[in-house]
This record gives sequence, C-alpha cells and structure tokens, in this order.
Amino acid sequence: MSSKTNEQRRKFLRGSAAVIPVVSLGGTVMRSAFADMPPAPPLDQYTPAFFSAPEWAFIKAACDRLIPASSDGPGALETNVPVFIDLELHGGYGAGEDWYMEGPFNVHADATFGYQLPYTPSELYRRGIAATEKYCQQTFQKSFEALDEKTRDQVLTDLQKKTIDFAAFGETQMTSAAFFSFLLQNTKEGYLSDPTHGGNRDMGSWKMIGFPGARANYTEWVDQHNVKYPLGPVDLAGRRG
Amino acid sequence: MAINKDPVDVVIVGLGWTGSIMSIELAKAGLTVVALERGEDRGDADFMYPKAADELKYGRRHKLMQRPKQTSLTVRRDQTQTALPTRVLGSFLPGDGVGGAGLHWTGQLMRARPEDLKLATFARERFKKGQLQEDMQIQDFPVSYEELEPHFDFFEKVCGLSGQAGNVRGQKIDGGDVFEGPRSNPYPLPPLIDSLSSAMFDKAARNLGYHPFPNPSAAVSRPWTNPYGMQLGPCNYCGFCSFYACVNFSKASPNTTILDAVKRLPNFSYRTKAEVIRVDLNDDKKTAKGVTYIDADGKETYQPAKMVILASFPFSNVRLMLLSGVGKPYDPVQNTGVVGRNYAWQMGSGLQLYYKNLDFNPFATAGTTGKMISDFAPGTYDSAPMGFIGGAKLHGSQPTGSPMAHPVPKGTPGWGLGWKTGLKEAYGHHMSLSMSLSNQSYRGVYLDLDPTYKDPHGLPLLRMTFDWQQNELKMAQFMGGKLKEIAAELKPDVLDDTIIKPDAHFQNASYVSTHNLGGAVMGDDPRTSAVNKYLQSWDVHNVFVVGGSAFPQNLQNNPTGTIGALTYWSAKAIVDQYIKNPGPLVQI
Repeated sequence: MSSKTNEQRRKFLRGSAAVIPVVSLGGTVMRSAFADMPPAPPLDQYTPAFFSAPEWAFIKAACDRLIPASSDGPGALETNVPVFIDLELHGGYGAGEDWYMEGPFNVHADATFGYQLPYTPSELYRRGIAATEKYCQQTFQKSFEALDEKTRDQVLTDLQKKTIDFAAFGETQMTSAAFFSFLLQNTKEGYLSDPTHGGNRDMGSWKMIGFPGARANYTEWVDQHNVKYPLGPVDLAGRRG
Repeated sequence: MAINKDPVDVVIVGLGWTGSIMSIELAKAGLTVVALERGEDRGDADFMYPKAADELKYGRRHKLMQRPKQTSLTVRRDQTQTALPTRVLGSFLPGDGVGGAGLHWTGQLMRARPEDLKLATFARERFKKGQLQEDMQIQDFPVSYEELEPHFDFFEKVCGLSGQAGNVRGQKIDGGDVFEGPRSNPYPLPPLIDSLSSAMFDKAARNLGYHPFPNPSAAVSRPWTNPYGMQLGPCNYCGFCSFYACVNFSKASPNTTILDAVKRLPNFSYRTKAEVIRVDLNDDKKTAKGVTYIDADGKETYQPAKMVILASFPFSNVRLMLLSGVGKPYDPVQNTGVVGRNYAWQMGSGLQLYYKNLDFNPFATAGTTGKMISDFAPGTYDSAPMGFIGGAKLHGSQPTGSPMAHPVPKGTPGWGLGWKTGLKEAYGHHMSLSMSLSNQSYRGVYLDLDPTYKDPHGLPLLRMTFDWQQNELKMAQFMGGKLKEIAAELKPDVLDDTIIKPDAHFQNASYVSTHNLGGAVMGDDPRTSAVNKYLQSWDVHNVFVVGGSAFPQNLQNNPTGTIGALTYWSAKAIVDQYIKNPGPLVQI
C-alpha cells in the first residue's frame, strides 16, 4: 500500500472516533458515511508510523504470543493489535500528553506509588524493545522474532518476572517488568477496544466473548434474565461484526 | 500586568455540581455571577449517541478527567515518606471541564443518614473511652438531617432520582431503605429495572433477613422535567456510565439538569480554560476582593468580586485556600490549624462470583443497576463489641459490561491462550458482591502543600498523606464475612475472595474511589473546622467553600446527594442572610 494511502488511513483511524461523518441522501434521510465501510485492511498491508522495521517485527512477534490465535477466537495479529499500538505510540498517548512528567524522579520507588519513570510511553517502548533485543542476541544469538514460540513465551515470562536484568543491557531506570506491563496492557487494549482505534479488527474479540460493542441500548433486555443477548456487535463507525 | 475584568457580585471557582448549583441559585436571586472553569467546555454534540460508548477513550485514557500534566497531587502513606506525584491517573479520577466529575459519575444519589451527620455524638454514646483509635478525629456535621431534608428533597427533584423510598414521613415501606432518615416525599421516579444479578442479590439478602432496596439512581427511569425546566429521557441501559458522559440525556449531571437553564440568565456568564491560581485578599485578610486566574491564552487575569465561592473538587478547594492564605494551614504534629485537616477517602472491595450456566448480559445495564442494604450502618447494627465504628453499603451492583473491565477468575493466566480462554468463558457469566465503607478522619491523614513538586505555573502541588487505618481494615473483614454469607446463598460455581486484606496499605496505581473528601471541613468550632455551618470561611467571611471538602469524615453512602444538599443549604443562607448583611453568619 502506498504511504499516501496509509497516511490517509491513519488520519481516518485517529480522527474517526471524534467525528462520525454523516451523508445526506436527499430529503431528511441521514445515514452514517461509514455504514458501508469495510473492516480495516489486514496487518501485512500496514506500514507503521512509529515503529522501525526491527521494532515492528518485535511487536508482532510479542503480540502473537500475548494473545495467540486459537479455536476460541482470533489472536492479536489477526485483529491488528500491533496497528493499534503503533497508532497509540505515534499519537498523544505515546507522547504522554496527559502525564505529569516533572522531576525529580524516584525511579526505584515502591510500586505502591504508581508510575514514576521519566519516560513517556513512546520512550518506554523504544528502550524496552532495545534492551529485550540485546538480551535475546546475547542469550540466543537471535532476534526475538526469530525465536520459536516456546522460547518467546519464556522470554516474555522472564520479562514479566524481572528475571531479565535490563540494567545489564543499558537500561538502568526501567525494569523489564515495567516494560512488560505496558506491552501487555496495550496489547489487551488493542484487542478489546473499538475498531475505530485501529485494533480489534472486524470486532473479532467482541464476537468471541459476546460483547455487543457500541450498540449501547438495551432497555428491552435488562429484565430478560438469563436470556443470552443474541445480536452481534456494532462499532462506533456503525459497522457490524 | 494582569488583565482586569469588570467586577461582579460573585465569582465561582469550578463549574461542576456545586458550582452549577451556586451559579443558578445566586443568579436567580439577581446577583451577577461569573463561573471560572479550568477545563474545557462540554457540548451535547461531544457525547451524542454513540460517541460516548468508547471504553478506550473514557474508561482507559480517562479523557473526561483531570490531566495530571495540568493539575496533580503528590501522595505518601505517612509522614516518614517522601511524597511522589501522581504521574498517571489511577487510584482516583477527579473531573475536569464543564460538569466536572458530575458529568461522568455513576449516578448513585444518596442521602447521609441522621446518625452519619452526628457521628461524634454517636461515638460518645456507644463507645467506651479508649475503645476507638486514639488518633481518630470524628466530628459532628454542624447541620442536622432535619435541616438538610428539604435540600435533599430539592436536589433529588433536580436529578429525577429514581428508586424506592423506605421511610416517608415516618411510614416505613417494604422494598425501600427502611433504615433511612424520614423523607418528606417519595422518590420523584420509580426504580430502574432489575438485572439478573440485582434480582439474585435481592433474593439472597431477603433470605438472610436483610432489607434490600434498589440503588438510588440519578439515571432516570422515566421522562423527567426538573424544577429548572430541564429534561431527562429514560435510561436505555447502555452499559457505559461510570467514567462516561451519558449518550442518552438520562443521567443527571450539571450539563443535563442545570447548565442550559442558568445560561439563559443574562446575569450569568462563564469562562472555560480559566485556571484560578489564587483568591486575592484585602490587606486585613478578613475579606477577599476577587480571584486571579490564568486565561485560555495563558495570561494572568484578575476577576474582582464581592464574594468568592470555591466550588471545585476537594483537592483544588483546599489547595487554593492554602495558596491564598484563607484559614490557617493544618499542622498534624502540633495539631493546630484547620486547612487540610480531616481528609478521608473510601475503601471498597468485595467478592467475584462466576456461573457457567447463567447469562448476565453485563452490558445491558445502567451504572446504578443493583440493589443494596443499609443493615450495617451506624444505628442499624451495633459495632461497638467489634471495636470499630462506621458501616458499609453492601450491594450487588452491575455498573458495566465493558470488556477491558471484566474480571476473570483467580488462577487465569495473565496472557496467552489461557487468558483468552479464561476471558471467553468468564465474560457474561460473572457478578459481584461489593462493600463501600465509611472512612473516619485521623490526625496523621491530611492535605498540605508539597515542598518539591510544582504545577505548570510554578505553584506547589497539593500533598496527600493517607493510608488505610485499623478501624476500616477491621471493619472490612467483618463486612467481608457478611458478603460471604450472601455468596453462600447464591451458590456460585467459582467464588473469588477479592476483599481487601487486613494488612493492606494504600497504593496509588489501580482504581480505588473518587470519594476524596474533607480538608476544609464544616463545623461549629473554628479550632477544628475551616468553614461554619453555612460553609462560610471562619476567617474570610465573603469566601464560601462548598463541596466534598466540607465533610468531617466520609460516609458509607455515596456523597454527592449530601454535597448537593449542603450546597443548596449554603446558597439559601447566602441569598436569605448574607447578601442582606455581609459578615460572619455564625458568631463565636
């Protein structure tokens, strides 16, 4: 896909939650301009705006293990979770637009004080991916994405449990567990959020669990006790899953 | 050099619930009123269906809440620690923008109970000397339930309160809260529809001899026109309530119940992106002459006024008083001063129940869907033998079905195939049993200014020194036992005990509650309160400080109903007494 089309698509994806265009069909009939919008293109047609090519390979390989595909339902790759993360980090979230980032910083503060690193999410990912890749090169003589599933799972587990000492790989402030927690949190967000944010392609997670999405209108259902809601999901753009 | 605005009768800091109530009541009385709101304006188009139904934007990125980059506070557990800033919103979620937290609250609209308002008297009568923690600082509210009743009643009409009364003028009604203080009128509207989980809680609670009643709901059950002529439509159970603006004009907020009406009054105006940084006092420090704020272009601006009403969130109210020299700052070591004294929060937690064969449709719900009991409140049970004071709402509530917030059973892996399977199997097969505790005030739990961290204007952040205390932790174990008895009636397939542990410490990461109260408490004694019974500053008689900051300690019942009633009570005193004869309304 050309970069121009990608840029348009990113603008759409980032802007669409703020305004849902409406087209007039003459007379007084109005309908959502996105009603005929197809689901997002699959992952292999996306060129990242934030991640470098090696970082992109890392993110895909990590997301694939955090939420794998299975007979239960689609995984993170099939639902474009890496696209979501790329868009988030490229935008205001990645820049820490709402965070208090004044010093002094006590990076070794007890976890009960909450987040205390001097890094915005975008910095956190650059550093976390770099340190993890250095670990993989030193330990396996391979990049993370070249490792098999079992080994990738082990690396992710070791990141989570802080068994990997980031300080040994040039990152003295952030622990591997802190990086992992953001990676996992953003992966789940990308999996479960409205597709207008770039992930949850074709509402795959919502169909799996039975969440109707942005329908947000259930008066006739509240008192139908123990009757499973039968309708599929709808997203904020008006698409049906 | 500051820009000077034309003088007005009243300048109101903050345009949430209390700012909106003050705005309309004082403007209706003929005063010229300008309200200054730090955040953005909020228009109906922003939340038009279905835009507000966005879990990432509102439930995770908290786009309706205060941005720590603009305003934050530092937190520590006790005086031995160095407080660190809240860099990312987590354990509390203060509001921002026109409507404040009132735009995105859950809508549980409750009254204080008569005993709640006189808890110090209650403690003296029921507890032996030395039985309660020595550093507890429980104080009576200087108003009675009878004095507030008409104002509870009015605020409930403003909001279209939906539910079932349990005591109307002394007559007890089954299905309502039979333990509540007497109401002069029934609820304005009938209850919301019960979900499956509400019905299950109701049955189990009744089997155990309790008196369940529907969560009192400011998301309305029928079309409603309020005393200001503003209209609400019946809740459509959309499942995006707490943390969200309403898609449907059903949830009472300043925006849906007051603001369009007050904006019609020519003597009312408001400015957004107007961050007040100081109350300016006259040289004698006994009166204020106006406020200074940073306008939308970043320019320092002076708004002169005959009266100043601090109507922002408790943190901001207290911080402004400290930055401006309104009242003497509290010193917990010397036990002197009042501003920052008696700060309290709220502890929750509960049990998670899972059923393979029940479909709860958790998304088909109002934020207030659920039932509760007041069988464990001061005055309805005797806690003295257990050695703690206070009570808890025990409830079976179903506020949302949004996927990121849905729990999974303990032992479910945090990621991978096991997580995915666990979420798929759990989603829609879960209900909660919960408690919300009262929270007393303590000598070493307080607010002051941080010595190190500053806001974008170079002014010190507020510092919170807070930890859970033994009284509440002990009570939580007792209440947890009661929840377990209810769970035993409900016979879930899987029961997870997520009750707060007896040795728990406060942590500033995952969500706790936004019932942060106190710090500028109301009272009869200027040695232990910052404002008098009319919420007028003891020290600066043309400054009134309204909101949750006035609570001497926190109640088990959600505070907004009492906050609204106190604001109407204070507004009435201003209109009936103060403007005719400006000066201290209470003589000592």
